[in-house]
Amino acid sequence: METVIEKWPAAINTVTIGAREDGGGTRSSTVTIGGETTLPFLAFEGAPPHRPALALDILDYSPDDWPETLREPFREALGDPAEWAGLCQEKYRPDLICLRLQSLHPDWGDTDPERAAETVRAVLAATSLPLIICGCDHPEKDNLAFPLCAAAAAGENCLIGFATEENYKTLTAACLADNHAIWAQSPIDINIAKQVNILISEMGFDPKRIVIDPNTGALGYGIEYTYSIMERIRLAALDGDKMLAMPLLGDVGADAWRAKEAKAAEKDFPEWGEENLRGPLWEAATAALLLQAGADLLIFRHPEALRKIRDHLDNLLDIA
Amino acid sequence: MALTGLDIYKLLPKTNCGDCGSPTCLAFAMKLASKQAELQSCPHASEEATAALGAASQPPIRLVTIGAGDNRVEIGNETVLFRHQETFYHQTALAVRVREDDPEREARLEKIAGLRFTRVGEEIAVDLAALEEESGDPEKFAAFALRAGELSGLPAVLISSSLPCLGAALEKIGKSRPLICPRSPEKIEDFAALAREHSCPLAVDGGSVEKTAELSLRAREAGAEDLVLLAGSGSLKEKLADLTVIRRQALRKQFRPLGYPTIAFTNPDADPEAQALEAAVLIAKYAGVVVTDLIRPEYILPLLTVRQNIYTDPQKPIQVEPKLYPVGTPDRNSPLLVTTNFSLTYFTVEGEIEASRIGAYLLVVDTEGTSVLTAWAADKFNAASISRALNDSGAADLLDHRNLILPGYVAVLSGKVEEESGWTVEVGPREASGIPKFLKTAYRGGTGKDQS
Repeated sequence: METVIEKWPAAINTVTIGAREDGGGTRSSTVTIGGETTLPFLAFEGAPPHRPALALDILDYSPDDWPETLREPFREALGDPAEWAGLCQEKYRPDLICLRLQSLHPDWGDTDPERAAETVRAVLAATSLPLIICGCDHPEKDNLAFPLCAAAAAGENCLIGFATEENYKTLTAACLADNHAIWAQSPIDINIAKQVNILISEMGFDPKRIVIDPNTGALGYGIEYTYSIMERIRLAALDGDKMLAMPLLGDVGADAWRAKEAKAAEKDFPEWGEENLRGPLWEAATAALLLQAGADLLIFRHPEALRKIRDHLDNLLDIA
Repeated sequence: MALTGLDIYKLLPKTNCGDCGSPTCLAFAMKLASKQAELQSCPHASEEATAALGAASQPPIRLVTIGAGDNRVEIGNETVLFRHQETFYHQTALAVRVREDDPEREARLEKIAGLRFTRVGEEIAVDLAALEEESGDPEKFAAFALRAGELSGLPAVLISSSLPCLGAALEKIGKSRPLICPRSPEKIEDFAALAREHSCPLAVDGGSVEKTAELSLRAREAGAEDLVLLAGSGSLKEKLADLTVIRRQALRKQFRPLGYPTIAFTNPDADPEAQALEAAVLIAKYAGVVVTDLIRPEYILPLLTVRQNIYTDPQKPIQVEPKLYPVGTPDRNSPLLVTTNFSLTYFTVEGEIEASRIGAYLLVVDTEGTSVLTAWAADKFNAASISRALNDSGAADLLDHRNLILPGYVAVLSGKVEEESGWTVEVGPREASGIPKFLKTAYRGGTGKDQS
């Protein structure tokens, strides 16, 4: 029997996030993702050169609407992003921190862009891990904050997002000026994913500094669309499409914890079992599927979900 | 690989006798290629032609049935490596293992029977009870198999490498077509004979893909037709490699010895969370049967959801049940929005309403799973269907106002909906992403501001 080995003409880009002192930053570690030459975890065709990276979310406000299961691991630090970041690094050991500047949003506090930049500085001081910075998904407010935040993190080689087809110019200019990587989001559509990358590149930004977020649907809530779009992007990239050859990002936690099955209390759905087991597993199962579709960078909410996926990766990569 | 009309033509007598009903052999070949005719219609077909066409008409991965009656499951007959290329057809059968000597075995079997849930209008449940023989006592194992069927109501996977134990169990429950699963490459001919005698499917476990291919050939020669291939017994990395290689060899090379569905076990020594994540991967990556030791709903519900999502036909969008959904905690003055029952449309709209942190009701109209614009163009999302859904939903009893928010893309329907339903229509944003802003700033209904 002759085993079918697939040889692809192209490889996925590698993207590095974070900068140590010798790279002009202050991080104690950096994270490099991508570089695959074949489909996920098929070691007999070529082991992935970099392990998928795992980030943990922190917010710039106290998330009172989070379920208890999700608040518990961070309780003492909620509302203080710097303390929260420090707690994550020390206790839960993610590869990166993802800072969400949600309070910029007019509906979530409408805080000043200057304050967002302050938060970025405080978080960078409180953790030595590489940083992902995420705006509030309100184009006007994000565009006020992006240049300030990018400047506040100059030299640290962050991943900042997100750029969309309608709103990419300010972020791209800011990331060009202060040398950060770009988190590019598209609405579960391979053509728009490609289009955003082209638009960003046309501004003179290096396409090898972009990460694709094809928009995550959680388990039970549209993950099959994300799964197939990721597979299609990865297949096109390995086949040589340079404008899709970026590493893939799964924004797992934010979406998984919207699922009723993740957050509902046991008293409301006794047949679903304990929420403290169920919620983190819902998030981890969402991540496990995206890993099979090609995800290189996963952002989590619950530290237990992150831990489970770290062990799961050992199992997939056969590291005892 | 399916033969083309010309390939088939070369195998025909080329006499154009017309005895098959087609005017020429070429015309007949074309009909055969498109499966509009059968070779038996040609009285002059050679044995060579019959053999070649017979092999080509077999699916590259055999369809195997486990169980009999209403709760039987079918696995295999898959045609693609990636679901977007077509769809995955026969969803992974989920089996929960019960060990013969487990003192809790009866409670466990009853629990398995209760592992069923309803999601998006579909019942999802554990399919099989995997019964592991431990006693070496044929009578005892047979009694266990019989009892397991009564308690779980599910078809069985019989895990045993003891011929006498399997034989005794099959005497009792063979008619319910359990999957025979010896965990050893030894005596394959004997197991195959047992499978043939009881017309049951048989799992073959060679320890490696190459050896499993050899075993499947031998089992087939010994008369077992419905085979299931055991994929990987080591790490998840090995299982994923085996499942991928088997699927590729079957589909890309039409390699018959691997043209069967697969079975994979999660690592019984791993903690439950690790087993659950392993099972999720096995479901997504081609396993026909997954056997786990998991029993708690916290672990089983996500796995059944993984299966439901991965096996959704991308060509037929999944639908949500058309009805009235509360989002957040709405009250009698909360806004009422309407959308279609295409799942992605629903999830997007529901998500945006939730993000607005304003409690609301969302009325979902049955548009056969199409999005707002598609449904409008196909006349499935119109004044009549919206008004009917509104009346059937009971929204009038839950709300003090009579305002309905229509998606901006179908603003043109406003007048007719008002006429037909008697409700006041407000035109909402075109894209769901505009909903939070709309609800906070533009929406006038429900507050008494615009009740004239």
